[in-house]
Amino acid sequence: MARKPRVRAGRKVEQATRGVLTGQVWRFGDDVDTDAIIPGRFLTLYDPRELAKHAFEGTRDDFAGGAKEGDLIVAGRNFGCGSSREHAPLALKGAGIRVIVAESFARIFYRNAVNSGMLPLVCTAAREIRDGQTAELDLEGRILTVDGKRYDLEPVPAFLREIVDAGGLVEYARGLSEVTTCRDAMM
Amino acid sequence: MGATIVEKVFSRGCRREVAAGEVVMAPVDAAMIHDITGPLAIQKFREMGGKRVFDPGKVIMLFDHQVPADSIPAAQNHIFMRMFAEEQGIRNLDLNEGVCHQVVEERGLAAPGEIVVGADSHTCMYGATGAFATGIGSTDMGFVLKFGALYFRVPETIRVEVNGSFPDRVGPKDLILSIAGDIGADGATYEAIEFTGGTMVGMGMAGRMTCCNMAVEMGAKAGIVPPDTITWEYLKGRRNLDPFDLAADPDAAYLEERSYDASDLAPQVAVPHNVDHVVDVGEVAGTHVDQVFIGSCTNGRFEDLKEVADVLGKRKFSEGLRVIIIPASRAEYLKALRAGYIERFVEAGALVEAPCCGPCMGGAFGLLGPGEVSLSTSNRNFKGRQGSADAKVYLASPATAAATAMTGEITDPREV
Repeated sequence: MARKPRVRAGRKVEQATRGVLTGQVWRFGDDVDTDAIIPGRFLTLYDPRELAKHAFEGTRDDFAGGAKEGDLIVAGRNFGCGSSREHAPLALKGAGIRVIVAESFARIFYRNAVNSGMLPLVCTAAREIRDGQTAELDLEGRILTVDGKRYDLEPVPAFLREIVDAGGLVEYARGLSEVTTCRDAMM
Repeated sequence: MGATIVEKVFSRGCRREVAAGEVVMAPVDAAMIHDITGPLAIQKFREMGGKRVFDPGKVIMLFDHQVPADSIPAAQNHIFMRMFAEEQGIRNLDLNEGVCHQVVEERGLAAPGEIVVGADSHTCMYGATGAFATGIGSTDMGFVLKFGALYFRVPETIRVEVNGSFPDRVGPKDLILSIAGDIGADGATYEAIEFTGGTMVGMGMAGRMTCCNMAVEMGAKAGIVPPDTITWEYLKGRRNLDPFDLAADPDAAYLEERSYDASDLAPQVAVPHNVDHVVDVGEVAGTHVDQVFIGSCTNGRFEDLKEVADVLGKRKFSEGLRVIIIPASRAEYLKALRAGYIERFVEAGALVEAPCCGPCMGGAFGLLGPGEVSLSTSNRNFKGRQGSADAKVYLASPATAAATAMTGEITDPREV
């Protein structure tokens, strides 16, 4: 018997690579793991807005109610380590976060964020930025200004930027009927 | 310049020479989805316009995180995935078989030289059978389901050579915890870790799985052990393949080379809340524990349960704590059952549950309440990982877990 699946189509993704973003900084430390971003007991949820209600539950309880559209997460090393759960970037996206600035990212989270149409940006001086400061990010010029001070951001690889510009991997892949693999390319 | 084993795997998949640093769209040999990440992967596949998966025979589906269904939403996810399997002709192993990674290995679905992806971070475990295997998110998996390929940046490799015999009651989990403590939680980000040396050869498949499983805890994309006679022997009857040579060239370029002497090692414990915060068991001995969990894809195999049974002997677990033992798969459960271990564990006071992820993912059962302390043979001790964010999780070997379960406090397994 057919039943309606729990999974629902996501909202149309807004482009994360154009315009200027102004918001409050939510500052996190090193090794923020995906269990902290969204605890395991909420993984039956898939709607970003529903997930957002539980973002950082138990580890930073003011986030879920306080984060606003345009706010930025600024973190230390290895942001998003741990599980491959895509619920983590979705929870942040549902909370209005479009951009995460960190000293470095864990591999799977970085890909998941890009695939979800979010922009993970590497800033080696992220440690200087403090919680609650107001940040302005010029998405095209990739210039981050926090309380008047400018921070350099590492460039996003061109291929990944294409995915983010498309609105995520789904939008990028939707138009493709097939891909040329490294194997096919030789044949 | 020679090639690393990972470069060779990608060169094999691409049918041309590929070097670390290159970004390639590589065909995948197998793709695994489970009940937590699968529904979203299927949704993404459909949003991408997917109608038929690239090859139903190369897609492995099973449920292990929330089984038997622990909530109505979990049951709905299972129904949704079963329907997809039926529609697509995918073999669904459902909730009968055990933890995904163990089952993939048992069925020979990740063989030497293959590129395997799974929508779970511990997919890197299949490096134990000489595959390049890596965990991906659900959207990447949607892409794989549609196209049978994925972009990969061919990783550089850190070579870890381990020699020497383990002291009594010290084993693969202590080794990998010690390595994680040295390399750090992000020390291998975007890289592969190749495990070599006499100790890796001698520890057999179960230990290799434990080590490769935890490569991701150092940020690595993959862990891999060069296939040898033990690998091919393990694959016999699981996969019909003729053995071939797959090893790094002697002049391969490594990002870093490390060596370890297993005979130096004491039992290791990762203390809350970081996997790379690792100490000798003596430093935390005496810490009160409310729950011991023995199981998971990291340490739920027959060999792990045998270690527990050996430490336990004819004695009992402490009545002052909860002892939860979960074999990693139905096959491992049966082996332990036939060896008499399950009966021993139940007699000694443990709860033995059917194969699944159990408390490891903190979503199903066996959750910790505020202020509680657990010692676990699983792979992550993040804040809130096994329940309350105010609980603490220590990670250790099956031997240390057994000793701790017998006393109710963290205990050196050499002292019971």
